[in-house]
Amino acid sequence: MTLLGYFSLWLALVVGLWGAITGFVGGAQGRADLQQSARHATFALFGALLIAVISLEVAIFRHDFSVQYVASRTSRNLPTFYLWSALYSGQEGSLLFWAAVLSLFAALTQLLTGGRYRVYLPYVAAVTSLVASFFVSVMLFAANPFKRLAFTPMDGQGMNPQLQNPGMVFHPPMLYLGYISITIPFAFAIAALLTKKLDTEWMVAVRKWTIVSWLFLSIGLLIGMWWAYVELGWGGYWAWDPVENAALLPWLVMTAYLHSVMIQEKRGMLKKWNLALILGAWVLSIFGTFLTRSGVIASVHSFTESPVGYYFLFFLVAATAATAVLYVTRLPLLQAEATLESMVSREASFLFNNLLLIGLAFSVLWGTLFPIISEAVVGVKITYGPPTFNFVNIPLGLTLLLMTGIGPLIAWRRASTANLRRQFAVPVTVGVFALLILLVGGMRDGWALGAFSLGAFVVGTVVQEFARGARARNRQYGEALPLAVLQLLSRNRRRYGGYIVHIGIVLLFVGFAGMAFKTETEATLRPGESAELRARDGHMYTFTHLGISQYNALNRQVTAALLDVRRDGKEIGRLRTEKRQHVDALGNRTFEPSTEVGIMSGLRVDLYVVLAGLVNGTEQAVFRFTINPLVWWVWFGGFVLVIGGLIVLWPGGAPVALKGSRASHVQAGYAVKLEAER
Amino acid sequence: MTHGVSRRDFFMLAIGAAGAVLQDTTSVGRVYDPDRAGRAQAPVTAADNDKNVQALEKRLRCSCGCGLDIYTCRTTDFTCTYSPALHQQVLRMLGDGKTEQEVIDAFVAQYGQVVLMSPPRRGFNLLGYFVPGVVLVIAALGLVWMLRRWTRESPAAAPTMPAAPPPPDASPAELERLRDELDRLPG
Repeated sequence: MTLLGYFSLWLALVVGLWGAITGFVGGAQGRADLQQSARHATFALFGALLIAVISLEVAIFRHDFSVQYVASRTSRNLPTFYLWSALYSGQEGSLLFWAAVLSLFAALTQLLTGGRYRVYLPYVAAVTSLVASFFVSVMLFAANPFKRLAFTPMDGQGMNPQLQNPGMVFHPPMLYLGYISITIPFAFAIAALLTKKLDTEWMVAVRKWTIVSWLFLSIGLLIGMWWAYVELGWGGYWAWDPVENAALLPWLVMTAYLHSVMIQEKRGMLKKWNLALILGAWVLSIFGTFLTRSGVIASVHSFTESPVGYYFLFFLVAATAATAVLYVTRLPLLQAEATLESMVSREASFLFNNLLLIGLAFSVLWGTLFPIISEAVVGVKITYGPPTFNFVNIPLGLTLLLMTGIGPLIAWRRASTANLRRQFAVPVTVGVFALLILLVGGMRDGWALGAFSLGAFVVGTVVQEFARGARARNRQYGEALPLAVLQLLSRNRRRYGGYIVHIGIVLLFVGFAGMAFKTETEATLRPGESAELRARDGHMYTFTHLGISQYNALNRQVTAALLDVRRDGKEIGRLRTEKRQHVDALGNRTFEPSTEVGIMSGLRVDLYVVLAGLVNGTEQAVFRFTINPLVWWVWFGGFVLVIGGLIVLWPGGAPVALKGSRASHVQAGYAVKLEAER
Repeated sequence: MTHGVSRRDFFMLAIGAAGAVLQDTTSVGRVYDPDRAGRAQAPVTAADNDKNVQALEKRLRCSCGCGLDIYTCRTTDFTCTYSPALHQQVLRMLGDGKTEQEVIDAFVAQYGQVVLMSPPRRGFNLLGYFVPGVVLVIAALGLVWMLRRWTRESPAAAPTMPAAPPPPDASPAELERLRDELDRLPG
């Protein structure tokens, strides 16, 4: 099987390069035979890479330890669940996973894109095939997943315990799906640049892909945060690690794009900017991959140092240069079809929203790279740690939260004073009211006050939008308000789904702000002894150590501590935290013992207990107790955000397609002046 | 026939029970295999839990390469040998009467600026702190300037647009509906 996999990689390379050549040449010369060949090449590429993936999975499931990748990532007693995720738990396998998913997306694009957008498809096939070929060539020349060992060990080394967590089964593929799916809009952007068909059509063709990509990036980031929280044991979920930052960058840029593309669709403006955002998001996704795989910046995520980094650096530089040249040569063709009429308009507020999102992305990139810059320029090694990131980025984040509320309140084209007063009165009152309540309640943390009151303001804007829309439907169609809200959601998914996403963002900020009120303590407890920790909301939590038990599980020896938990003296449950010594099938110990956090999650606080270790091999144990307020809201906010994204993405909901140039119809609609709004 | 508990037996029993109680609070049973539970830990001391010590350690980076500060590393990664040693170094220095700033200075002298989780706000590092903000403010001003130019350039009715229709006599509800319909147009 591994031989088959290896051959199919070579086949994929040949097919991929063929698809790239025929796509570009067929597109340029208008030759239908070559264009058809490029289209077929994307299907063949997917077929070849699928065979490679199946070959590797078969090797993993058969415990074929003659394959280096299988021997170094799995063991005979690894739970089946993690045998699946072993496919992408290492450098080589994740490259294969990446290439295979890209080829799947490329094939789907060729199948699902029809009608007027077909003109772009040869170039789209060329770009996707070229990118996939690059990944395949990295595997073939630097990181071969099918490389064999000179001998076959009795058992593999097993999977890193930290990766043996459900979060790690879903986080990497979700993030990869997000990264990879950016390639499709990018390919369309390149196709639009090459064909010089630079109106809004290509953006309509990739609208779903951009939302899919944003959604997967969001889910990937959120599951990554959840994994860090439940598995790593430091009590947080975001450490401004270079690789976390690298994943955040394309998300921020895609978020900016999803807003500004509305201006182009409705007003025919910002063509250069939108194109640049898509190209930039893709370059950043490759940059993120380069950071992860090169070891250029120390990070918990880094794969082992390998020549793979140089391949990615070369690819990053070459692709960025080629993209930039193509973009600059086409700039004269990207003229706006309308002009801005007022500083106080939806268009202008979206521009400021974009500025903030891109500013935040720049700030995160700057912080990530600043240690390298400092060392290169003044020769001083420095650390740009979480406190610095927070100092720089929290104000930007809160300003962005403010814009989340302001944006939807300002009318398209030109907002009048009366319009502003009508729109802002209720949400601002809600925000100020929330601020006052918190101040009276004794909260003094400036950033948290900002986050909560701005969050209330944004919720106010969303509720107001829903209420007005529902009331209008109620008056027009006589629908009951709950039905009217559902109708709003189903009939205008982008607008109202977007508002749900805004609610998700507010909840995330509420959760983030909760971290300002974290409390923690360490304690050494004998069985029967208790530690107390007061939460910032005044409740006293008592943790009583009940005892230590040791037992064997499938691939690990567990040492578990059980604790009785009381709030203000009243029992609320039990927590278990563990040390896990992983073993292979022969009982040999693999890896250092890892810690399994005990978490009791609630709406107000999370109780987070870590078993640090035992004293002199007795049941006397050292614990770290942390009270993390409002963390639950981060996960719930993420859930709401994803639901909102799915509503936006859900097919249908739009009225029948208009004949002729749809974009111009829409833009004409927005050119109508609403006199009463002046 | 029943035996009453003699006074002597009762006395011995009481001693035994007291002993058992005493034993419970002074010693604690060994676990089956301590090696499974990772490195043995020393009992937590008041200094370990001291908020000032923790705050100080949160400003200093562990040198194991984890990227975490000393406090977070020593209370998270129990396989790291560096952070407990660095923690002891901090405690020793504080025990020697050094102030927090002196401890930080000593760490910087020994390990270089890289040991600080936040680089000092002076010299080249100022760029690290303020470039994003300054760039953003400049970009915002640039955007305002550009928008002003655009709005000046654009006449009341842009040439590419159809002529404005007569002013509608619309209620807010109708305007809301119109906005909604416009939003729903596929574009």
